[in-house]
Amino acid sequence: MGGRVNEDLIKERRKCTFDIKELTHIIDCGEENTIKRKQIDNYILNIKELWDDVPEEYLSHKERYENAIKKAFIVLKVLRQLHTGNIQITDHRTPTNVYSIQDGIFRNVNPLLIHIGLFWSTIAAQASTEQQAEWLQPDSSMIGTYVQTELGHGSFIRGIETTATYDSTTDEFILHTPRLSAYKWWPGGLGNTANACLVMAQLYINGTCHGLHIFLAQIRDFDTHKPLPGIKVGEIGPKMGFNTADNGFLGFDNHRIPRTNMLMKNVQVLRDGTYVKPKHDKLTYGSMLLTRVTLISDLAYQLSKAATIAVRYSAVRRQSPIKSNEPERQILDFVSQQHKLFITIASSHVYRVVGLWMWNSHKRVTADIHEGNMGQLPELHALACCLKAISSRDASALVEQCRLACGGHGYMMASNLPQIYAYTTAAVTYEGEYTVLLLQTARYLVKFWRLAAEHKPLPQNFAYFEDYIKKNFEQWRNSPEGIIEGFKAIVAGKTKAAYDTLQCNLRNGREFEEAWNMASVQLTNASEAYARSLLCEVFWKETVQLSTKVSKSLAIVLEQLAELYLMYWALEKHGDLLLYSTISRNDIEALQSRYEELLALIRPNAVGLVDAFDIRDEVLCSTLGAYDGRVYERMMEEASKSPLNEDVVNESFHKYIRPVTMKNKL
Amino acid sequence: MGQMNEDLKREREKCSFNMNDLINLMDGGPDKTKMRREREDIMISRRDAYADIPEEYLSYKEQYEQAVKKSAYVFSLLRRLQHEGKTNLHNYRDVMANFLRSSDVGTGFPIAIHYIMFIPTIMSQASEEQQAQWLQRAWDCNIVGSYAQTELGHGTFIRGLETTATYDPSTKEFVLNSPTLTSYKWWGGGLGQTANYAIVVAQLYTKGECHGVHLFIVQLRDEETHMPLPGIKIGDVGLKMALNGVNNGFLGFNNCRIPRNQMLMKHSQVLEDGTYVRSPNSKLNYGAMVFTRVVIACDMVNYLSKAATIAVRFSAVRRQCQSKAGEPESQILDYLTQQHKLLPAVAACYALKVTAGKLWDTFSIVNEEMIAGNYERLPEIHALSCCLKAIATRDAASFIETCRLACGGHGFTYSSNLPATYCNAVAACTYEGENTVLLLQTARFLAKTWQDIDNENGKLTPTVEYLKTAKVKGYSHEWVNSVENIVYGFQVVSMRKIASCVKSMQTRVASGATFEDAWNMASVQLVSAAEAHCRVMILSTFSSEIKEMTRTTSKEIKRVLEQIVTLYAVYWALERLSDLLQYTTITGAHVDNLRAWYEELLTQLRPNAVGLVDAFDLRDEMLQSTLGAYDGRVYERLMEAALQSPLNAEPVNYTFQKYLKPFLQGKL
Repeated sequence: MGGRVNEDLIKERRKCTFDIKELTHIIDCGEENTIKRKQIDNYILNIKELWDDVPEEYLSHKERYENAIKKAFIVLKVLRQLHTGNIQITDHRTPTNVYSIQDGIFRNVNPLLIHIGLFWSTIAAQASTEQQAEWLQPDSSMIGTYVQTELGHGSFIRGIETTATYDSTTDEFILHTPRLSAYKWWPGGLGNTANACLVMAQLYINGTCHGLHIFLAQIRDFDTHKPLPGIKVGEIGPKMGFNTADNGFLGFDNHRIPRTNMLMKNVQVLRDGTYVKPKHDKLTYGSMLLTRVTLISDLAYQLSKAATIAVRYSAVRRQSPIKSNEPERQILDFVSQQHKLFITIASSHVYRVVGLWMWNSHKRVTADIHEGNMGQLPELHALACCLKAISSRDASALVEQCRLACGGHGYMMASNLPQIYAYTTAAVTYEGEYTVLLLQTARYLVKFWRLAAEHKPLPQNFAYFEDYIKKNFEQWRNSPEGIIEGFKAIVAGKTKAAYDTLQCNLRNGREFEEAWNMASVQLTNASEAYARSLLCEVFWKETVQLSTKVSKSLAIVLEQLAELYLMYWALEKHGDLLLYSTISRNDIEALQSRYEELLALIRPNAVGLVDAFDIRDEVLCSTLGAYDGRVYERMMEEASKSPLNEDVVNESFHKYIRPVTMKNKL
Repeated sequence: MGQMNEDLKREREKCSFNMNDLINLMDGGPDKTKMRREREDIMISRRDAYADIPEEYLSYKEQYEQAVKKSAYVFSLLRRLQHEGKTNLHNYRDVMANFLRSSDVGTGFPIAIHYIMFIPTIMSQASEEQQAQWLQRAWDCNIVGSYAQTELGHGTFIRGLETTATYDPSTKEFVLNSPTLTSYKWWGGGLGQTANYAIVVAQLYTKGECHGVHLFIVQLRDEETHMPLPGIKIGDVGLKMALNGVNNGFLGFNNCRIPRNQMLMKHSQVLEDGTYVRSPNSKLNYGAMVFTRVVIACDMVNYLSKAATIAVRFSAVRRQCQSKAGEPESQILDYLTQQHKLLPAVAACYALKVTAGKLWDTFSIVNEEMIAGNYERLPEIHALSCCLKAIATRDAASFIETCRLACGGHGFTYSSNLPATYCNAVAACTYEGENTVLLLQTARFLAKTWQDIDNENGKLTPTVEYLKTAKVKGYSHEWVNSVENIVYGFQVVSMRKIASCVKSMQTRVASGATFEDAWNMASVQLVSAAEAHCRVMILSTFSSEIKEMTRTTSKEIKRVLEQIVTLYAVYWALERLSDLLQYTTITGAHVDNLRAWYEELLTQLRPNAVGLVDAFDLRDEMLQSTLGAYDGRVYERLMEAALQSPLNAEPVNYTFQKYLKPFLQGKL
């Protein structure tokens, strides 16, 4: 590429008031990770086969898969080298940007994502010591995936229909797909790539169902890759995104696997068919919990990509003078544009911080579980459910907001914004559907509200329920702390409203499930409020703490971002504040002014803030968002890659158009 | 073909109203329904003639070629109708709309712009002689046109366009140039490889003076060989989020010369000697823009109806979760949270259809007035079309996405047709006027109206009259939960928001800010004021029109449509509770009742959910959805669609031998 950096961007960068590198190191969790990331980037950038001449989206569906697979195995080899053969480490799932270069290589999704991310870690977490010794070999022939959802069942996993029936005469399980809706559907890498998989199925022994368990099944011949007898496998076709993920379907026709292929760390089936129960029935779902936790950090990263593209573009794009005799203004100067973009920058930090906070909680809780203490698991589960739901919805809404803020150019695939949207919006439904997850958290809230309503002791983190019942309201303060209190009052108020509706329905003679259903819209509202209050509180506290450890100039900017986030949501939810807290209408006007002030304060640092995400051009893959801001040049260069531009006249003209246009002439 | 899904069968039995009556009512009469169906029949019955593998499996280039092939087919049908005298220049838009609606080209048509923009622009902007020269050729498809307005560097802000057309009196030609990279035309539909002519918007220079943007008809390619003409640099802009068959193109001019009479001269003219004759009324171009925005609002109804149909039918078929142990799983349509996602979307289809229809009628009246030389209502109707386009596109896109997400992971599958429906609809949020810019235009009109409101001696124009009433009455009485009162509440919100914006701007100006800076500072609030105004328009139009329409209908239809209107009003009251709490006397107790009312409405509408989407009368061939087909064979269709994947045509993909095996053997 080459070429000079856009003048407006140069000016923006001069205006920046803080040390960009300092913030980058914080985002990377330490300078050593920044260095490591750049080493990996440089190493991978030099592997020519990994980089396309023509963007892969121009290819047919089939060609895209083939192209992605080619790259996937090169990447896998590189990862193995980097880890000296030890790819099965669970640490691979630590939230980190170190491997972010993969986003640039695939522009979409690595078809081996599940193989790398979930297959091995689930074996490590759920298989017995002997099984691990057998399966976790560096030279394993297995390319695996994790197979759970079916055509007919998703988030409600108890409804899964695939069966694994123990046959004690041969010491085998028989995997079977009893009907069409029981076909496994969705797993990444399942269609054409994996030769083995971890299958969730209902375990039957002597006619008794013991619920869901995980089984390792080989599905293709290691040598020929042909599907094994009794296996019907294929890919599910094009999707809104993830088109290189090789999502597949899988059906079993009485497929037999050895008894020892059930993952037996927490639960066992003995040779004689005796079933040994797990200590805790939630243990099977550990992989799902971990995935929800790590997803929050991944979404933070996607948000930082979208923010980088939209902010840089808005600094370069000039449109309509604010005053008639002046040059056109950078669209970043329009307050309505700042309103769309700065919340995205702030939200990326929120989810980075909260993602890490959840990761640490998860580590702590997992350590406790190993000690035999399950006490913290329900809370972690409740937090993970609502945070996964809200983070995925926020992220996709904000990415789309950034995309639309780039006008028509944001519709171009070459901006990379459509792909980022498709990628983030998928997270709203996968790994637990949005509403289903919110309702899980609602159960947890209702449990504590009931305690409060019955004047029973509450844990510290729900003490505010009691305050709300006793009407111990503090005087409203237009400050971050005041807003956090206000959000807690909303949680209490909404939980109360939902709880009252529930009770009222019960009193009117409805059964619990029906009463719960009738209250469910309000219950999800309460969960949503709970997630928001957590996000605000954790982000603010962590920011205040961090501020004491960084340079003054950075501390100021970080606090502005955190305050912006709180003000933004206070204004978005000001009706709830009016209903449930002591805020007045005048306070809201003051909040609005403070919010507008913050937009103005952040404006000069906007480009600096996205530069600090330090996402290289090869990862951003965006004509609108490149570091040098040569937006229009890049758009034209990318357009020239369109295969349609190879021929001066496309053959369809002669075949179809000319016969129409010439018909009346001839 | 198999049997109809049992659940759907039961749903249809539950429907309380006569299906055909509702269909006829929404079409505007049985004769209109009949005509629409006839046109759909023509499209659908011949579909076998060009059936191919689904476009989503093809490469980008193949998708374009397939779109051209299907376009040629559609337009030959249109031409047949011309010969049969069944369509003409005056009603072809209706016919086209029916055709496009019932076609299965999800990627869009590269030749649609020829009918949607090229021909209408000639009709409205060319002089009589020019029309004689061009219109018949365009109508007969001897030439294929595009419309080239936006540039790489400029979109909604049209005055900023950089392409120049400089008159050269020595040869009596205009010389077109693209002086900068940013002045390249960008986005024109069919412009890349398909069209051989285009209407080009350029800054007119004559006698050394710039007269602003004007329209020119420019030949781009040779009619025989299709080769680009000298001085023309043209091509495809590349991949987009969707609509990849539209063939959006770029276009640059290097001293491209066209005859003087190829400036469209119905209004302004350039004489042979280069004298510029100004148009008697510069507002005339607004008429075309207003028209296009109304058309977009109608398109949105179509997209949203598809999404709502798919999601509601899927939710009737899909069963998930036992609510009680031992019982069969529940239809997900029985979950209140699901109804909360889908029924407001269904209501929005009806609301937008009725409102857009009414706006269309109003526009026709104003158009007649304009032809008679009366431009009084143009600013009002322009402001109205701006906010309606913005809100219709945004509401439609977000409800479609809600419907898609309500189908869980299966909604992410291309074969559900929900991703394409979303991606096609959301494009309208930025084309033909970016939504924020449009809302600010409406806000400008409202702010002006507000500032004049006290000086105004006569009456305000109809759509803003409420501002005065609301100002006089304010909101002092106790809140009542009723549709009328919700409409009134929104009127007060709109009035108060505009008042507060104007006041804050005045304060800023008084303390030394320029008007423009004060405007910019207030813009977040201004946008929300324009939204509130639009919501008033939709709510009041919808509720009064339905009252009118149901005067003579059966009481069942009357009841269900009233429920739909009420649901729409209560839904938006709850969505905009913050505003109501801020500006009216609504209290917490009212809010609790409003929620209870909302939940009750969902329950009342639940039995008619499938009936209400069946009444959109979208056939399977138009829905193109595995999840939404009339028979509800969801899982069978998902599997059938998957088996069409070329990746499933062979048991082992070649990449196994090439990459996977060597890797496993450590040889890669």
